[in-house]
Amino acid sequence: MGQLDLVEVSHTYHSKRGETLALKDINLQVNEGQFFGIVGPSGSGKTTLLSIMAGVLVPSKGRVLLNGAPVQAGKVGYMLQRDQLFEWRTIWRNVLLGLEIAKNKTPDSVAHAEELLRKYGLWEFRSRYPGELSGGMRQRAALIRTLVLKPQIVLLDEPFSALDFQTRISVAEDVHAIIKNEGLTAVLVTHDISEAISLCDRIAVVTARPATIKSIFEVSIDGNSLERRENPQYAAMFKRIWKELDVYAEDNVFNRTPSVS
Amino acid sequence: MQKITYSIEHRRFLNVQKRRTVVIRLLQAAVLVAFLGLWQILADAEVIDSFIASSPAKIWQTFADLCRGDLWRHVLTTLYETVLSFVLSFAIGTTIAVLLWFSDTVRRVAEPYLVVINALPKIALGPIIIIWVGAGIKAIVAMAILISVVITTINTLTGFISVSAEKMLLMRTLHANKWQTLWKLVFPANLPTVMACLKISVGMSWVGTIMGEYLVSKAGLGYLIVYGGQVFNLSLVMCATVVLCVLAALMYVLVALLEKVVNRCIGL
Ligand SMILES: Nc1ncnc2c1ncn2[C@@H]1O[C@H](COP(=O)(O)OP(=O)(O)O)[C@@H](O)[C@H]1O
Ligand SMILES: [Mg+2]
Repeated sequence: MGQLDLVEVSHTYHSKRGETLALKDINLQVNEGQFFGIVGPSGSGKTTLLSIMAGVLVPSKGRVLLNGAPVQAGKVGYMLQRDQLFEWRTIWRNVLLGLEIAKNKTPDSVAHAEELLRKYGLWEFRSRYPGELSGGMRQRAALIRTLVLKPQIVLLDEPFSALDFQTRISVAEDVHAIIKNEGLTAVLVTHDISEAISLCDRIAVVTARPATIKSIFEVSIDGNSLERRENPQYAAMFKRIWKELDVYAEDNVFNRTPSVS
Repeated sequence: MQKITYSIEHRRFLNVQKRRTVVIRLLQAAVLVAFLGLWQILADAEVIDSFIASSPAKIWQTFADLCRGDLWRHVLTTLYETVLSFVLSFAIGTTIAVLLWFSDTVRRVAEPYLVVINALPKIALGPIIIIWVGAGIKAIVAMAILISVVITTINTLTGFISVSAEKMLLMRTLHANKWQTLWKLVFPANLPTVMACLKISVGMSWVGTIMGEYLVSKAGLGYLIVYGGQVFNLSLVMCATVVLCVLAALMYVLVALLEKVVNRCIGL
């Protein structure tokens, strides 16, 4: 048993237009301290999977266990696509949002928030508004907003997809370093294979909808994300995952035999 | 703050812009002066009948007489009614919007009624209002509230509902309850909407108050207008209308200022 376990999880969305099977028989084990990646085509059900892990969505079938027990409020941190900082709050008040909601704004927890901001270089920007910060700093502030609640595990849903390519790599490295430094477990969802290889220890590839676990890769490349990207093993790994992921391979222009007419 | 020095070219560009603004302001004033002047000349030359069309001089005369008389009483009455209905319709509209936001079921039940009430020309309810609350300031305020409360409710509710799904999800991941979501996300996110809505609402309150005064009143600018019409004193009608114009514009400017201040405060 790992820190986070998904047992036979399936999920169906019901709407007026019909039902959508988004997840089918997902079994996953995420171990403590791991940086776990989930890669899959968009629309496959990755966000659904994370919402279930975070406890904001109850699966139609199956169980989610955190340390062997059902998930409790505040134990799982969730970082969304785009930072979702509130424009009308300063960075400091954005960071305190979770504490206010949990009615846990004690001197201790506020001191912890301050410590995190100082440690990760945002203390001088505490009275700025999100609009005045760069994309990378905003993302860091969003991460700290999550960390303030002292979660055991952090879920990241394509948190870098809104950033441009260059910032993306450095922000990803930044977030990765912070999570490792805090000794947290993380689950990162992405459709970017290179991002997954450069950050994760283990990568699960999911199929197109309904998402099922297709295969799991161990990433044996060491170092930070830049070092990993330069490692000769990186390309080989990329290729393996790409092959697993490419559900339309048979349909690919390069694979198609020209028809004779 | 470091003082920015622009290139000569840019300064020239700015100068041209500034000059254009001045020219436009002058032209705007000129249009008004020309209009009033022409009106006065035509009235003096008896090309137009100043008994029906009045004239700027006559209107000014009426205004001066009214100032010595009880203009203030009329102005204050109308202002009081307008501000009261503006504040009340804002409070009532927002409260209803909050209630409807809280419950999907209630909202869906209320939807067709809101649509119908919104489509109804509220003046049609005049007689009912008078019978229910009596002829007087109460009826006027009730009328004005009725006219602006529905649009306030609908606009505010639309704003509440259109808070981004992702921000709502964020609140869910933080396990916020509905009240917390309302206070910490929905209200602040909608301050700009509410402010924009206030600007519409202010106009509606004027419409409602004047309409109410047409129906029942013993004082107020609407009363002056109706009374002037009845005794064929067109100068009085136009004078009251001009005063109304000025007051409505002032109130709009005030709300627009408030909007600016609030938006600045929340960092927009
Ligand atoms: N609330 C919902 N109601 C109905 N269908 C949904 C809902 N949310 C997501 N879906 C559907 O479920 C599928 C998976 O969505 P999602 O988990 O967001 O995929 P991904 O994050 O991998 O892009 C999509 O086809 C989407 O249309
Ligand atoms: Mg998604």
